[in-house]
Amino acid sequence: MSLVKIAGLHKHFGTNHVLKGIDLEVASGDVVALIGRSGSGKSTLLRTVNGLETIDKGELVVDGTALHDGRGDLRALRQKVGMVFQQFNLFPHLTAGQNVMLAPTVVKGTAKAEAEDIAKEVLLKVGLSDKFDSYPDQLSGGQQQRVAIARALAMRPKVLLCDEITSALDPELVSEVLAVVRQLATEGMTLIMVTHEMRFAREVGNKLIFMHHGRIHESGDPKTVFAEPQTPELANFIGAVQSA
Amino acid sequence: MFVQFSTWDIVRNLLDAGKWTLALSLIAFVLGGIVGLAILFARIASNRVLQAATKAYIEVFQGTPLLMQLFIVFFGLSLAGIDVSPWLAAAAGLTLFTSAYLAEIWRGCVEAVPKGQWEASATLALTYPQQMRHVILPQALRIAIAPTVGFSVQVVKGTAVTSIIGFAELTKTGSMLANATFEPFLVFGLVAAGYFALCYPLSLYAKSLERKFHVAR
Repeated sequence: MSLVKIAGLHKHFGTNHVLKGIDLEVASGDVVALIGRSGSGKSTLLRTVNGLETIDKGELVVDGTALHDGRGDLRALRQKVGMVFQQFNLFPHLTAGQNVMLAPTVVKGTAKAEAEDIAKEVLLKVGLSDKFDSYPDQLSGGQQQRVAIARALAMRPKVLLCDEITSALDPELVSEVLAVVRQLATEGMTLIMVTHEMRFAREVGNKLIFMHHGRIHESGDPKTVFAEPQTPELANFIGAVQSA
Repeated sequence: MFVQFSTWDIVRNLLDAGKWTLALSLIAFVLGGIVGLAILFARIASNRVLQAATKAYIEVFQGTPLLMQLFIVFFGLSLAGIDVSPWLAAAAGLTLFTSAYLAEIWRGCVEAVPKGQWEASATLALTYPQQMRHVILPQALRIAIAPTVGFSVQVVKGTAVTSIIGFAELTKTGSMLANATFEPFLVFGLVAAGYFALCYPLSLYAKSLERKFHVAR
């Protein structure tokens, strides 16, 4: 049974039809890479999975929690779906540890001592156990993004969404963040990521989805899809990315 | 029948009146802050009716002179059969005026918190009140401190207008003394100095807060 199931999903921004009937199933442990040109709808699709974008029509089910045509228990959904953003979006007035502890204590009512243990555990996982008391502006971009991953993991999500999480980083900081994601993938975390890191998508992903004009244009195993694109649109896209 | 006023007499009377200016400023600022906070929450709520009503409230108080607002409170309530003292009318008028401006200043501060903060906290399944309490307001508060202290200067100067409805604060006392002593230049010079002594420290404080929160996170 699939962990994430999307069926007949439509989304408009005003008169702009950005998602034109998406069907997608993600199994537990899958690492899905969403690629495509800007404006293809890949980020919008990702953001519908935790309700940051509303759904006009269609069905979304994550681990038994469903939204029908955009209606359903959004908070229950969000407790199962973690998200990491391009711009980190850490809470600047809280330390790394407090950033991680906030949602478990406030949303789940976890006792402070227990939340602190969880925070230490997830910060250790991303290699930042010594930064518990640091404020975001005392951390590098790569460290901030790893704290953001830890913050999402502290809620024990079933799926982790990654929205271009290395795009705002200096080149030398990209690898430390990808290393954390790679480790999560090997531990069996279900990941859906919008990425421009094609090599990473091919190496870590087990499913590649190429979005074009609001539809899933091509999908499959990353290695085959990259090696033998079936459509001229994907072949063009791969060519454009590689020559860049 | 002539009473002779020495310069010290003038100063003494003005200092006494200055206490009322200070008291009125404090009351307007504190009550205006409380009302302003309620207006703020209604202004940024998702309810359209609340939004529109509070927007109109703010527009009315920002778009009419404070003097007219005081007249309406003072004479309007009398017409309605409620007898209000100048003191009560002044406090009520200034509170309404202050609340409208503070709500608008604070709305700007809440909106200055980046959208990503809303999205990140929503993603973590926080409810709207939880987002406000733990993520948005703590950040908006830092942004709000300097302009709020800065606006308090406007409140202090705004109290001068209440002299027109007969409330004996600094300006009203000044004009009575000027009439009695025939020394308007001296008296109003001292009145101005009194306002300056109240406002200048606030301005300095607002500036230093601005610098402090500009470099800090």
